[in-house]
Amino acid sequence: MENITDIKKYFINQFDEFEKSLNGEKTSEFHQVRKEALSNFSKLSVPTQKDEEWKHTNLSPLLKHNFSTLVHKENVSSEVITNFLFDKTEHSLLVFVNGIFSPELSRLIEIPKGVVIGSLAESLKNNHPIVKKYLGKYAKDENLFFTTLNTAFTKDGAFVYIPESKVIEIPIHIIFYTKTGSEKIITQPRNLFVAGRNSQVTIIEHYISDEENIYFTNAVTEIVADQNAIVDHIKLQEESKKSFHIARMEVDQERSSNFSSHLISHGAEISRNDFNARFNDEGSECILNGLFMIGDEQLFDAHTMIDHAKPLCNSHEHYKGILQDKSKGVFNGKVMVRRDAQKTNAFQENNTILLSDDAVINTKPQLEIFADDVKCSHGATIGKLNDEAKFYLKSRGIGEKSAMAILINAFAIDVITSIKIPSVRNYLENIIAKQFIG
Amino acid sequence: MLLEIKNLHAKVEGNEILKGINLKVDLGEVHAIMGPNGSGKSTLASVLAGKEEYEVTEGEIWFKGKNLLELNPEDRAREGIFLAFQYPVEIPGVSNTNLLKTAVNEIRKYNGEEELDSIDFLKLLKEKSKLVELDQKFLSRSVNEGFSGGEKKRNEIFQMAVLNPKLAVLDETDSGLDIDALKIVANGVNKLKTKDNATIVVTHYQRLLDYIIPDFVHVLYKGKIVKSGGKELALELEEKGYDWIKSDKAEIVA
Ligand SMILES: Nc1ncnc2c1ncn2[C@@H]1O[C@H](COP(=O)(O)OP(=O)(O)O)[C@@H](O)[C@H]1O
Ligand SMILES: [Mg+2]
Repeated sequence: MENITDIKKYFINQFDEFEKSLNGEKTSEFHQVRKEALSNFSKLSVPTQKDEEWKHTNLSPLLKHNFSTLVHKENVSSEVITNFLFDKTEHSLLVFVNGIFSPELSRLIEIPKGVVIGSLAESLKNNHPIVKKYLGKYAKDENLFFTTLNTAFTKDGAFVYIPESKVIEIPIHIIFYTKTGSEKIITQPRNLFVAGRNSQVTIIEHYISDEENIYFTNAVTEIVADQNAIVDHIKLQEESKKSFHIARMEVDQERSSNFSSHLISHGAEISRNDFNARFNDEGSECILNGLFMIGDEQLFDAHTMIDHAKPLCNSHEHYKGILQDKSKGVFNGKVMVRRDAQKTNAFQENNTILLSDDAVINTKPQLEIFADDVKCSHGATIGKLNDEAKFYLKSRGIGEKSAMAILINAFAIDVITSIKIPSVRNYLENIIAKQFIG
Repeated sequence: MLLEIKNLHAKVEGNEILKGINLKVDLGEVHAIMGPNGSGKSTLASVLAGKEEYEVTEGEIWFKGKNLLELNPEDRAREGIFLAFQYPVEIPGVSNTNLLKTAVNEIRKYNGEEELDSIDFLKLLKEKSKLVELDQKFLSRSVNEGFSGGEKKRNEIFQMAVLNPKLAVLDETDSGLDIDALKIVANGVNKLKTKDNATIVVTHYQRLLDYIIPDFVHVLYKGKIVKSGGKELALELEEKGYDWIKSDKAEIVA
């Protein structure tokens, strides 16, 4: 119990300092929202395993550390970032270093008029009407500890706005690079992606670090897909195995919109992703795919929720995990089909491979269906890598490492084949087996 | 001598299956190993390929002057041993092409050769697929997944053609094949035969040996080679059946 009051007090005490670091920005309208969030935060407590939503995830390793909200500007050379690019030149690139936008490392390619791709801090300062309209509307935070914390300490993040009928063919690659010295820091990116009617965009949220340091990323992303919009979202976690990563994504889908999400993760010491999508009108489609690959004593937890609030929508969810050593995975996939949501199609599947006897997966599909004319299915499998197949490959002259890589890739591949950009797919294929073949 | 097996004993799950096998195979030779079901033919093949479940408790295997039992399965393959499995495994998500490309290049690397580029590799695949009349569409399909029994066997011989081994062990490659498929497979094997390699054909029936003519025939029974001879031994077995061997063996023991 001591710890719980500690971390709360600890952050509350940092707020004054944080406020000062905002300079002129604390006079903006949004600052009121921060203060309200802080006041809510002071009434909440850290989730424990008694909380149904956190049943399998023990946060005490996170609570051992004091993470500073004050981040010093770090100089980072573009070569560091280059290692994490899918394609050296072709994509628009936004780089955030320790949560703060870095214009020097960023570049935009062929941006049509009216489109905004940039720093949320900048748009908050300018009181951008879209930010005002949507920020905090979907990631409501009255009772969510980490979301509230993020809102209270919102400083920067990515803001993308695609106005009506604009099609952005060039993917937007957003890199969150954490570089820490001896100091343990928390970065709290706050992202808002709004795709107007008939618009189209691909956004990649990419969390990276190239040192095995302890830090904490607490991210919140809100996504709006307006009528007929097509939004492809990819989230990639290539972070320090000693870091902590807690993130929430909220997606609002308007009529006939099409949203896809791919989460590819090498995890952290503890990582928790809450992905929630809601059909706010008819005729939409949502894909939630995920692939996590963890080892050592890592803990990976994904909680997803697809809310079929309206009829005639399709959702398709497929999560796969590959676990080795003493790692632990948690997958909780909730699909809510509300009373009016007739003609819903909802499909969910979760497959896990355990590479060691000490690895554990807790998987729970959770279908709550209140409409009667629907098609829903779910399935979960847990298995091992096929030894017969491995021997077959070896008997052809293929070595241990390549055989592992081939089989892991074969297991994982159908989760990423739906990613439309070849360079991103290639990049993923290259990193997928990396962790297991050393 | 390409392969020399001396007094080989092997166990699986605590049971001794091979009980003192002796066999010598030289370059340019075709050996047939025949015998009733359960006599240990596949076990012998698996031990040669290096399958972990099979524990060698006694004896030696020498291949190209190297102690085979000290090599892991992949190095055995790289040295030139190829096993066409009796029951080829299905590997969803791994294409034939991907498997072969990785295999060819790892074998080349082991032998200090440069990797094949994509163009030369595809040329090789095309040429070899003709040899076993394997439709090109099988190249991009997942290994053995959804293949018919005959297609699987043909795919094994296709892989053999691409990998070009020193010693091919064909484990009942004939079973489950209709006569046309049998001829295609046998024809492929014959075309791959040179003065510089050798083949061990494991079979239950004499039928395949009408098409692949063996230089030597061995009868394996209860984990031992109980009879060896020329190709006429296969015909004798066909005529008299295995009961003859069984009773014959009983006599020897008695
Ligand atoms: N993996 C295994 N586990 C247990 N028993 C096995 C295994 N492989 C073979 N055997 C046993 O070994 C004996 C010989 O089998 P096998 O080598 O497949 O014979 P063949 O190929 O001549 O029909 C049989 O009694 C079989 O049950
Ligand atoms: Mg057999």
